[in-house]
Amino acid sequence: MSLRDFGPNELMFLLLATRWTILLALIAFAGGGVIGLVVAAIRVAPARPLRWLAAAYIQFFMGTPILIQLFMAYYGSSLLGYRPDPWVAAAVTFSLNGGAFFGEIFRGAIEAIPRGQWEASTALGFRFVRTLRLVIIPQAVRLMLPPTVGFMVQIVKTTSIASLIGLTELARAATQVNTVTFQPVMVFGTVSIIYFALCWPLSLYAGYLERRFATGTTRRVETPLGMSAV
Amino acid sequence: MQTALQFGPILVHLDLLLRGLEKTIQLAALSILFGTAIGVLGAVGRSFGPRFLSWPIACYVELIRNTPLLIQLYFVFFSLPLFGFKLSSNTAAVVALSIHLGAYATEILRAGIEAIPEGQIEAAKSLGLGRYRIIRHVVLVPAARAVYPSLSAQFILQIMGTSIVGAIAAEELTAVANNLVMQTFRSFEVYIVIALIYFALVQAASLLFAGVGRLMFRWKV
Repeated sequence: MSLRDFGPNELMFLLLATRWTILLALIAFAGGGVIGLVVAAIRVAPARPLRWLAAAYIQFFMGTPILIQLFMAYYGSSLLGYRPDPWVAAAVTFSLNGGAFFGEIFRGAIEAIPRGQWEASTALGFRFVRTLRLVIIPQAVRLMLPPTVGFMVQIVKTTSIASLIGLTELARAATQVNTVTFQPVMVFGTVSIIYFALCWPLSLYAGYLERRFATGTTRRVETPLGMSAV
Repeated sequence: MQTALQFGPILVHLDLLLRGLEKTIQLAALSILFGTAIGVLGAVGRSFGPRFLSWPIACYVELIRNTPLLIQLYFVFFSLPLFGFKLSSNTAAVVALSIHLGAYATEILRAGIEAIPEGQIEAAKSLGLGRYRIIRHVVLVPAARAVYPSLSAQFILQIMGTSIVGAIAAEELTAVANNLVMQTFRSFEVYIVIALIYFALVQAASLLFAGVGRLMFRWKV
């Protein structure tokens, strides 16, 4: 027996919860992108200790499950004296985790730019940051774009685990609706369609970019680890 | 200082942690096995099967790759009992994880199969090899060899992906961690220990996959 049936109200509830999934994905994308850029820059920087630090950062975030990272951020915040807040924990975790993956994507693109470009701009008197900003990154963008869009799909899907620390986004709304209607096929079917509607256009666009940029370039930057865990 | 980290209360429960680790390895191993099997069937079905199979396989791959594992997990766990399949949490987890990996494995292996030059298959045909032997020896094994790095990277992700099956009350390392948090109230320390265990597991698995790859694909190209 269920308390109520899956009707327009339940569908509306799911669609409204989708806002938070999208917002969380945007935060993760922005935060991860900025951190990723810094991490990638450090990874190719001349200072060796800094490079090791960035490598350790990437190793940690790619080598442990994101759910554990999320729990650490959520429960660790109380250790630092803050009240645990699922939004803060999720935003921080997804940004830091995304930063590691974006860092690898950007580094791959940066390293695909021929060495001579670095040498030429050094010869022109450019220092590291200006070389990176004015010479290397403008050329690397077309290489990093397809895997970046591909990783956005990954981010949207990963936001679903924020439900496990109590953040009411789409996945959590789904379990709530399922509890009162007990129509799992309907509920999770609908939610799958919503996620699919968010992710599939991005997947198609990533595929399109990959094919488009594949012509004329010999090197391709793979999304690290073949991507997607959760 | 009140906030000093204390690992003592957690390491007392080492036996629980090890049992959780065992369950995690079990979930990962079973789902990798079944997922790869699905991937082989899916990839061969798409490239060599009848036309009417290729569209459903493509749908399966796209659907799974564009929805979260967590939703797939819920779907399997809550829906299958309605159709008369009463599964335990861990069985449901293996089913969902296998279906999940199956889609990625299909896509990865298909890329490998498509990279096999047509001439190689024609050469095998002219040698009089049968359809089954061509698919197995001339296409599948070289394709698997070519995409083995991507495949093993996906396996590693699968191992880390098992961490979310606690959401349907399945037993594994993360679920053990959550129980320990409730017992010891040492949440941060628990998750540090768990993170280290996962990290060690992932490193060990990488070494294992690299070793297996070297053993399986020993011949020179």
